Amino acid sequence: MEASRVIHAIYTDDDVLMSAVKTVRSEKHHIEEIYTPFPVHGLDKAMGLAPTRLAITAFLYGCVGLTVAIVMMNFIMIEDWPQDIGGKPSFSYIENMPSFVPIMFELTVFFAAHLMVITFYLRSRMWPFKKAENPDPRTTDDHFLMEIAVHNNEDSLTALLQETGAVEINIVDKDEDAH
Amino acid sequence: MEYKISNRLRIFAIVLIILGAIGVTSGFISSKSYETVEDVKELLASEAHHGDAHEADAHGDAHGEAELHGEEAHAEEGHKMSHEEHVLHQIHNRPYAALYVAAFFFFMIALGVLAFYAVQYASQAGWSPVLFRVMEGITSYVLPGGVILLIIAFVADSHLFIWLTDGMTTVGHDNYDALVAGKSGWLNKTGFFIRGAVFLAGWSAYQYFSRKFSVAQDNADINDNRNFKKNFRISAAFLVFFIYTESIMSWDWIMSVDPHWFSTLFGWYLLAGMLVCGVTTIAMIAIYLKSKGLLEHVNDSHIHDLAKFMFGFSVFWTYLWFSQFMLIWYSNIPEEVTYFVTRIEDYNLPFFGMVAMNFVFPLLLLMNSDFKRVNWFVIMAGVVILCGHYVDIFNMIMPATVGDRWFIGIPEIGAILLFGGLFMLVVFTALGKYPLLAKGNPFIKESKNFHY
Repeated sequence: MEASRVIHAIYTDDDVLMSAVKTVRSEKHHIEEIYTPFPVHGLDKAMGLAPTRLAITAFLYGCVGLTVAIVMMNFIMIEDWPQDIGGKPSFSYIENMPSFVPIMFELTVFFAAHLMVITFYLRSRMWPFKKAENPDPRTTDDHFLMEIAVHNNEDSLTALLQETGAVEINIVDKDEDAH
Repeated sequence: MEYKISNRLRIFAIVLIILGAIGVTSGFISSKSYETVEDVKELLASEAHHGDAHEADAHGDAHGEAELHGEEAHAEEGHKMSHEEHVLHQIHNRPYAALYVAAFFFFMIALGVLAFYAVQYASQAGWSPVLFRVMEGITSYVLPGGVILLIIAFVADSHLFIWLTDGMTTVGHDNYDALVAGKSGWLNKTGFFIRGAVFLAGWSAYQYFSRKFSVAQDNADINDNRNFKKNFRISAAFLVFFIYTESIMSWDWIMSVDPHWFSTLFGWYLLAGMLVCGVTTIAMIAIYLKSKGLLEHVNDSHIHDLAKFMFGFSVFWTYLWFSQFMLIWYSNIPEEVTYFVTRIEDYNLPFFGMVAMNFVFPLLLLMNSDFKRVNWFVIMAGVVILCGHYVDIFNMIMPATVGDRWFIGIPEIGAILLFGGLFMLVVFTALGKYPLLAKGNPFIKESKNFHY
């Protein structure tokens, strides 16, 4: 495979990393991935990643939650076992709607939040019992790792990364099964 | 960075004031054309001819209201006011109420901005100092707006505050009302105006000193942050004072128009409305000044943050509005629920229309992150939010003063123009007094470089 050989450049500061990302990209190298111990503000824009569509899914999940709440409460409180709510025995969903608003709100939030997190995990290829892809455990502590594909240009790339302030540069053969 | 109110804007504001004054005056004159109960009888008779549907409607409402009043408040004294006399009172109340609603609305914008501004200082916010001069300009309306509001309240007297009617607290009097009499220790004219004066004095003192220190900080040495620290301290103290006085103000100035009814979260509810209107106005004026090539440090991220606050406070307002509504609706206790019964029966369109304008509209329009950065989008959403909150105040005052005889006509629009013009004149004149950048603020660099 083409990307089987990659360079791992390790940084110790997020500001240095940010300017390195900009330099590397201006030199037309493709950054495969960056591993950071914490979310770095603006990194996605600097890397040129497409904006996330997670917000759209959150809105859709919220709509699903709202619908579930309405259908559920209509079935439970109006159809299956009609209830006299607050001394107003109208047995109509719309007339009793204010008392269902807290449930509608909660389920909207519940669905949006949980399904969004699950979507995020799946989209990030994380699921239970998955082996960690993280190439270097130090990126969970205080190091930042930039992964760049190599196409017979190890020397120039190494020199460039050195210049951007990388503290460590390793060329590794990637295990192809990992992806 | 200097700004001077342009002649065009000043003339525009003055024209608004004049047009508004004409509208308000004509409202007063036309209300005086109904002098006696006989005039009202004629009016009601002519209204009855207009159409069957309307007739049935009006009669139903009138009956409901008369019954409510009878049962609820005056049962023990055998209250004798006829429907026609009641309508006469409502006709006479309308121009006062229209004036009061608009005056309060513009005053509340300035007060909301004052609270928001104090929060910025107390939390040492880094994003907002480039907007401080805009906020200081808007808050300069607190004192004139508040004084005018109190004068209107003083002149309107029992036209607005039914608890000021003669004899309400005198046992055996025709107008005696046991509930109002029980509250007269708090609800009396002297107390009302003493409290009002104390509130206004406190708020405008903070407004005066915070602006003074803010300007002094500009001229101070770069390492001298004493004025900023003073501002931090008085802002924290002001917020404590404000949260008590704002609550009490909401009972006095708004809630007491329905003296039998009370809601324990009313102060919060009004505060939420104030903050939405305040933040919206900050955003609108900032965008206006930017369009004039001023405020070069205010970027889309600042507007984005303001729009986030507009969105957030709109949802907060809805939360409080609904909390107030739902508990009263659910428990269905007669003396509480009349408040919403009159609003749903007689004010159906403004009551639910306001929820659409203040909640559904900003929710859907401002949810998308990118839209919050589009300036004309923020302005458009802001106009709807401001209109919605005007209707909100309208719904608070009108049912108690004019009942089902409400309309947004010449007196109401005149009052909006009058106070809108005055607000513009005061705010933009104040904006021109000092440079538009609070350059001495220690957070100004962070604010200039703020980006999201």
